[in-house]
Amino acid sequence: MTFVPKPKARHPLLKTNEIGLTRRDYEAIVSTLCAGCGHDSVSAAVIQACHELSIPPHQFAKVSGIGCSSKTPSYFLGNAHGFNSVHGRMPSIATGAYLANKELKYIGISGDGDSASIGLGQFAHIIRRKVDMCYIVDNNGTYGLTKGQFSATNDRGSTSKRGVPNLYAPIDLVSLAIQLGASFVARSFSGDKQQLIPLIKAAVLHKGFAFIDVISPCVMFNNHEGSTKSYTHVRNHTEPVIDASLIMPRDEITVEYEEGTTISVPMHDGSELQLRKLSDSYEPNDRVSALTYVQQAQEEGEIATGLLFLEEDAVNCHDILGTSDTPFNGLEQESLCPGVEKLEQINDSLR
Amino acid sequence: MQPTDIRDPNYFHKVVDCQWACPAHTPVPEYIRLIAQERYTEAYMINWESNVFPGILGRTCDRPCEPACRRVRTEEKPVAICRLKRVAADHKGDITPYLPKVPKKKNGKRIALLGAGPASLAVARDLLPLGYTIDMFDRDPGGGGMMRSQIPAFRLPKDVLEEEVDLIVNMGVNARYNYEISSMKEMLDMDYDAYFVGTGAPRGRDLDLPGRKEVSKHISIGIDWLSSVAFGHTTSISGKVIVMGGGNTAMDCCRTSNRLGAECVTVVVRSAFDVMKASDWEKEDAMAEGIPILNNRPPKEFVHENGKLKGVVFGRVKPIEADGRLKYVPTGEPDVFIEANHILMAIGQENHCPWIERDLGIEFDKWDCPVIDEDSLQSTHEKIFFGGDSAFGPENIIWASAHAHKAAISIHLFCQGKDPKHDRPPEAVNLISQKMGIHEWSYDAEHDPSQRHIVPHADLKRSLDNIKVEVELGFDEDLGFKEAQRCLNCDVQTVFTEKLCIECDACVDICPMDCITFTPNAPEAELRTALTAPAETLDQDLYVSETLPTNRVMVKDEDLCLHCGLCAERCPTNAWDMQKSIIHIPQLSSYAE
Repeated sequence: MTFVPKPKARHPLLKTNEIGLTRRDYEAIVSTLCAGCGHDSVSAAVIQACHELSIPPHQFAKVSGIGCSSKTPSYFLGNAHGFNSVHGRMPSIATGAYLANKELKYIGISGDGDSASIGLGQFAHIIRRKVDMCYIVDNNGTYGLTKGQFSATNDRGSTSKRGVPNLYAPIDLVSLAIQLGASFVARSFSGDKQQLIPLIKAAVLHKGFAFIDVISPCVMFNNHEGSTKSYTHVRNHTEPVIDASLIMPRDEITVEYEEGTTISVPMHDGSELQLRKLSDSYEPNDRVSALTYVQQAQEEGEIATGLLFLEEDAVNCHDILGTSDTPFNGLEQESLCPGVEKLEQINDSLR
Repeated sequence: MQPTDIRDPNYFHKVVDCQWACPAHTPVPEYIRLIAQERYTEAYMINWESNVFPGILGRTCDRPCEPACRRVRTEEKPVAICRLKRVAADHKGDITPYLPKVPKKKNGKRIALLGAGPASLAVARDLLPLGYTIDMFDRDPGGGGMMRSQIPAFRLPKDVLEEEVDLIVNMGVNARYNYEISSMKEMLDMDYDAYFVGTGAPRGRDLDLPGRKEVSKHISIGIDWLSSVAFGHTTSISGKVIVMGGGNTAMDCCRTSNRLGAECVTVVVRSAFDVMKASDWEKEDAMAEGIPILNNRPPKEFVHENGKLKGVVFGRVKPIEADGRLKYVPTGEPDVFIEANHILMAIGQENHCPWIERDLGIEFDKWDCPVIDEDSLQSTHEKIFFGGDSAFGPENIIWASAHAHKAAISIHLFCQGKDPKHDRPPEAVNLISQKMGIHEWSYDAEHDPSQRHIVPHADLKRSLDNIKVEVELGFDEDLGFKEAQRCLNCDVQTVFTEKLCIECDACVDICPMDCITFTPNAPEAELRTALTAPAETLDQDLYVSETLPTNRVMVKDEDLCLHCGLCAERCPTNAWDMQKSIIHIPQLSSYAE
């Protein structure tokens, strides 16, 4: 925890984005998490990504549950909307908010406890419902707030700080998300912002449910030799399979890759997502093969990272329900409450 | 880039921009912290040790430290370093317990100081504690040199001057005032063990224009005139006065004239306003007293009627930049005539030693300046050392102090039979962690965004009526504290230990100024553009680590670091630590024990 407030002074040459804001305008209060927490790096990546997207901070809504991870929305996008919900219930809040206003960009921050234990049911159903949002899990494999018990994503055999091995197999949220129908599934590492920032940007722009599992070491309880979620272990066992970069309409394409290795995906806002295959056999558009690959890597003790599965132009919650395009706050009283007569009509149509 | 060697005393010294820019390398942040703690006496002594005249310099220093201050780059206005020095001097307590002891038993070596200005006085202060016998010669009736004769009392009150001059003289200097030094040979015949020449740059430049001879009784050389005012020989000036020149002497001349009854005073300068030699604040103060400064007007002729001065004709020029240098070309506009009854000529000074015979083995160069070794300040005559303005031409008081420390070491080495150039003690740096607890630092790390505080001035009418009324009132304790809080503590360094770093990026994320980047190593020019924020200030170093496990290096751009300590605060492994750098600039006092 830091007691010195972050000075307002900034570098005079700090880049401004298309709407004239610097990255500092996307910050919020200083984090109260432990020094060196991976979650703070994720927050910094969110700040950078949102700045690069040139979306005004107030057009975002941050939602979270309970845990170290879920505290972090306080530490980015200080001028965005936000809701810190009950443990594991962020998906319900996000769904409700999204139904009421589909114009905001939703960023959900959850943890391995919040999403893989108490909120696993909610996690499964928000994927099923295809809510258009960027859902990030800060995954450190441990319950940091309660002093370091194993969480449900902790690998079997990985040890606690005192050397006791974990006896249970882990829940892999990435596999779960691919299987349950998420249209954008990625995994990254808090210590690799070069990979993480483009993923967050693409996830925010993706129309549909975008899930990013970010391995984010807990420096206090899960960053030791026996841990499989420590900075060192993750760095040594990461296998990037797809390198994603987002080309905004104004960007010049500076790097040309060999033909056949790059897949270009147009995004709805005119930007283009370039996926570069780092592994020949990988098919990021095929759900079954992606799932197989991810699980195989896991068997071998490797961590597949990058944009692991993508289905652009997937249907989302509003498409399915045919609900209002105009946010509720923009609807007139008449449309929101059309009166008894209209109700009668609807009731009659159902008889 | 090669990893940075932080044991090189110059590396962290350069980060403390103010200290690096100060000729005497005064540890500025250290004394500013003491001022904030109301420990004025200690703050004063830190100054006294390195620059010898804190009270005087706190009012008159040329302040090379202020344009160098990091706040100029991070915000806009520098910390008012000079005026804080004055705060320490104004509010100090009894300093006698802190003063060096002068031994009763002398060491048998006799040193002659020629001139009693700041350079000679500072040499005396450094040598006396080692038992040297010091004889100081000066033509004036008191010590202080140009500080007494040229700086007007409304900028430097007599009592402030005398307090600091007398402090040294009373340490046991044998002062021989009213002694006109007319021959170096005569001095050498007195057979001292070493000589220090600190006679300044006592000759004001003159201008040979048509009419100069005829009106000579209406023209005074600026420094001579100021000196006759200082010693009470001149008490008034009448009619219209033109001050020619754009330096600090010109500013003192015009403001002094204003106080001695001139009907109107005009400063006329050959060059453009921005490139005038006078310090900005001196110009501002003169203008605030209603004195016009006319620029780009080279004088052409003194107009007179039978030897009675009528005025001066000035040409009109404009500055044009050619090959990176300013050139002045005529604008074609008609010349201007400015009426005047008296002219004060303040167009520069020279060090001038007609009293040094040229056959004594003291070599002079083609500009008639003595040939001096820059490290030892020794002339080509082994017994004779130079310092202050008489060494390399007109500078200022703070340079005189800096020269004096060097010369004192040289004289001591020489008297010990050692080589003044090659046996000099080295500079060194000590680093001390400032960590007091998990989130506690022994310095005030919090960044204060407030603007520079303005020093209150005396009522204008009151100060124009009486030349002895000091114009600047100085900060009181409250304002002094507020201004001290603006200091960024640049001497508390961010020290990085590679082997502790786990590359979690916490420091990169928290740094408010985007100083820190982890990136693959590259040549410096490339690295400077590859950072989170480009490092465009080329004279500010990059701090580069050894290669880290991920094959990257940590690069910190020292340029805009606020020394807020957040990198260290957020580092889980103490790979970053805030450590105070103490730069050891050799001084003779270290030999005293």
